[in-house]
Amino acid sequence: MNIFEKIMKVDRRWVYLAIGLAVSIPAVYELVATYILKKENTTINIPITPSPEVKKVYDFVESMKPGEHLFICVDYDPSSMAELNPMTTAIVNQAFAKDIKIIFVTLSQFGPGLVEQITSSLAAAHNKVRGEDYAFLGYRPYPAITILAMGVDFRVPFPEDYYGTPLDSLPIMDGIKNFNNLKGVIELTSGNTADFWITYGNGRYGFPLALGITGVMSANYYQYLSSDQLLGIIPGVKGAAEYEELVGFPGDGKAQMAYQVIAHAVILVFIIISNIAFFGTRKRKGGMEGGAQ
Amino acid sequence: MSTGQLIGNGIAAFLTLCIFSFLYKDNPFYKFAERLVAGVATGYFTMLLFWTNFIPKVWEPLYERHEIIYIIPTILGIIMWTRFSKKWAWVSRYSIAFYIGIGSGVAVTLALYTYLFKQLQATIAFPISMDVAGINQLLVVVAVLASLIYFFFSTPHKGAFGVASKLGIYVIMIGFGAGFGLTVMGRIALLVNRVIFLKGYLIALFGG
Repeated sequence: MNIFEKIMKVDRRWVYLAIGLAVSIPAVYELVATYILKKENTTINIPITPSPEVKKVYDFVESMKPGEHLFICVDYDPSSMAELNPMTTAIVNQAFAKDIKIIFVTLSQFGPGLVEQITSSLAAAHNKVRGEDYAFLGYRPYPAITILAMGVDFRVPFPEDYYGTPLDSLPIMDGIKNFNNLKGVIELTSGNTADFWITYGNGRYGFPLALGITGVMSANYYQYLSSDQLLGIIPGVKGAAEYEELVGFPGDGKAQMAYQVIAHAVILVFIIISNIAFFGTRKRKGGMEGGAQ
Repeated sequence: MSTGQLIGNGIAAFLTLCIFSFLYKDNPFYKFAERLVAGVATGYFTMLLFWTNFIPKVWEPLYERHEIIYIIPTILGIIMWTRFSKKWAWVSRYSIAFYIGIGSGVAVTLALYTYLFKQLQATIAFPISMDVAGINQLLVVVAVLASLIYFFFSTPHKGAFGVASKLGIYVIMIGFGAGFGLTVMGRIALLVNRVIFLKGYLIALFGG
């Protein structure tokens, strides 16, 4: 067995270990620098250049006037928090700082807890009042039906908000009947609710729609940008970091980028090594077969 | 960090390590954490549906406001449970037919508009210009046609058709490559999030 064959048969747990150690490097560095070397500001900063599709979402929110309404749909669960919470936080921070009123809805069964977590912390930081500056309408199953019903009147699927207050009693809902009364919708999702929003939301009602999605999904949604069905996309943790850069709010997205860079570098090295080994073993097998002939 | 938070985060850190232990091999710690997640998620979802859907959409309209019209969706919902009986399972088809009928009627036109007409329009409506946008749109048209040709099997892939087909597979591979890269980033993000959480917990436990 030569070196190439040994590489091809390496136990995959060594790869897991290498990735785990690589991802731990920035964390260990920060711990050592802070508590042993007693350095200040130990965060590793990676230069970030916002991409056009992310900047379009930022510009859209930035163009809104104080008092205008933005609709944010939090359609992800805790397993996607790592990628989507940073962008949700950055958008809500930007909107609250501009005194934009936000209506939250979730079409994911595990969304309510996430919305409450985000709104409770950020509303307190920006002195925003529930029912006046923001509202959380709650969760409903069957995204297509819920989106179509909201297009008629928010009060059809949500006669009351998540906390049991009738929508007509909420000051933020004065004069707000359906999507026509909002400036736009930002859908933050880790699943196929993005398709529902594109088809039944933008397709049926034509409102401006932006997506914040996981990295896995990104390649499937870029075609909707060129067809103007989406006004912008925030793809994965990289998009979140770019949005944080634009907002000027360093959050979890930017914090993750140093870890991402090291992990990607290690994965690239593995890809190169495994390709060399693959072609090396194939060449050897080809040579042996050729010799036999 | 308060004592309560410290204990809560300690449990979260322990469960995180339990899940990661599967990377070495299947073990009782992993099984415990996996089943805990499944159990908690099921219980949470059941109660969420009960309080945010059954109570406001069935109980309150029927028993408190006496809105009899709600009896129709309620019956359609109840007969879905006949799926558990081999003898009466056919009854549930009425609910499924009702749901799929409405779904199809609404979805077909919107899906055609969203996925076909708008995408076709965006693909063919490219500006005849030699600037970056024009070249980009031209590339899109060529890439779409080449990818379609790759999946067109009624003609042998020879000559110019073969060249276009070859180009098509390269376009598809570039697409898969972009998808793979973003998938890796997404998966690493999950790991990074947990590493940052564990770092924060260690700081709170020993340093903070």
